[in-house]
Amino acid sequence: MGYTNLAYVLAAILFILGLKKLSSPKTARSGNTIASVGMLIAIVATVVSFELLDFKLIAVGMIIGTIIGATFAIRVEMTQMPQMVAIFNGFGGGASALVATAEFFSKYGTPEQTTFLTGIIILSVFVGTLTFTGSFIAFGKLQGFVSGKPIVFGGQQLINGLLVVALVAMGIYTTYGSSMDMNMFYGVLIVAAILGITLTIPIGGADMPVVISLLNSYSGIAAAATGFVLMNNGLIISGALVGASGLILTNIMCKGMNRSLANVVFGAVGLEQETAGDETQRISVKSSTTEEAAMILDAADKVIVVPGYGLAVAQAQYAVREVADQLESMGKKILYAIHPVAGRMPGHMNVLLAEANVPYEQLKDLDEINPEFDDCDVAIVLGANDVVNPAARHDTSSPIYGMPILDVDKSRTVIVNKRTMNPGFAGIQNELFGFDNTIMVFGDAKDMLTTLHKDLKEL
Amino acid sequence: MDMINILTVFILAIFVGFEIITKVPPTLHTPLMSGSNAISGIAIVGAIIATKVSGEIGTWLGLVAVIFATINCVGGFMVTDRMLKMFKRK
Repeated sequence: MGYTNLAYVLAAILFILGLKKLSSPKTARSGNTIASVGMLIAIVATVVSFELLDFKLIAVGMIIGTIIGATFAIRVEMTQMPQMVAIFNGFGGGASALVATAEFFSKYGTPEQTTFLTGIIILSVFVGTLTFTGSFIAFGKLQGFVSGKPIVFGGQQLINGLLVVALVAMGIYTTYGSSMDMNMFYGVLIVAAILGITLTIPIGGADMPVVISLLNSYSGIAAAATGFVLMNNGLIISGALVGASGLILTNIMCKGMNRSLANVVFGAVGLEQETAGDETQRISVKSSTTEEAAMILDAADKVIVVPGYGLAVAQAQYAVREVADQLESMGKKILYAIHPVAGRMPGHMNVLLAEANVPYEQLKDLDEINPEFDDCDVAIVLGANDVVNPAARHDTSSPIYGMPILDVDKSRTVIVNKRTMNPGFAGIQNELFGFDNTIMVFGDAKDMLTTLHKDLKEL
Repeated sequence: MDMINILTVFILAIFVGFEIITKVPPTLHTPLMSGSNAISGIAIVGAIIATKVSGEIGTWLGLVAVIFATINCVGGFMVTDRMLKMFKRK
């Protein structure tokens, strides 16, 4: 057993080194390889050191898992990455819950079933199961199987509250209770599964970055709890790392939307839209053509592209890169401004642009890019809306007031591409579109960029 | 291993996690999620042990857990590699 634990420590060190290498895109890929070697060491050490294992059974399980996992990993499109991570979170949580359940059955009624062990098993089963069902709902919403809109009904909070109370009561009863506690254990399992669903369905599509980060954190917490069940350092350290990572990302996403975690989880933002829609005042905008946009760009030195999720929906990443290449060949400086909540998960937009071969040095986050708008000649806003709405800075009555935004309006000219004048996710009009230095080019992002590319070449 | 030791390990690991993960740039947040996701597949260790120690039901639960955790590890590391391969300089 001594060597096994040593192997787990080695695996944990490799995980930490691997994550450390993620601090730069240059070293990140080797970091991922290092972490995967750590996993291999942990698996081999476990298989070798435990006697009487049914190797055939384990091999069958691992082969099935490898085929499914590899198929997902090879086939998934970059736009579908959020749902892929969601479903993987679910499998991780599910695995932890199953391991804890197996341990409960094996220790049930034996002297080894201490109060502490039962308590921690209940915790592991609870977090793991909730992660499992919650992740599948998140997956369904992102994939379009379940409505992306918040699903709300009367008394929802009350029902969730009652479920939590029931869960805690059953958990305590199983931990300290008498011989009836097997049924209570099943009760915990079922209520945790239901709670995972009821907590996730009221959350809208645009809040998904927060939910996925949170579920990521839960899958780590579940693994750590299972580590306590098995008294296994490898699981505890890895689970703690993942839990911390998920919490940090959750926090970054909440800050990016200027909302508290409680507000995202219990707020169901979709409801606020109706009131905001009533007082829509008309903004007079200047509609323009791609030829005109090409001429404005021709006179510019520094251009900042602001991609929103609309860009990814229109599959226009490659078209953006072509326009950017053309502008660079004309001697212009190009940067990309990436808002923390652009896309459907943390860093999603960066991956989509990297796929289109946009060099990562040009991708700038909120803090880096905002000072750059002061001497920017043209900002091109593509399928982004709320994240460039200046009302967030000054209009205290706006639902997005206080949200950190990209200061595109400080550029000399702002070119905004949108399909229609429909308001963004928060359901509010964007005063930026009526500004004197803003021109609107309506149309599908991909078509517009393709035409713009042609117009730039013909200058 | 006693309780205090294992709790110490847990708490220290959380601190290490916070230290290294705050240094990951926003550009790499998606690979960070899928990569850390793969690491949470470490539950596979528990799953392998569960197939042995937990009686007949436990063996089957362990098998399903092995499948789930393997999907997590293999899929997670592979897709992270696929993404990181795309991040290029000029």
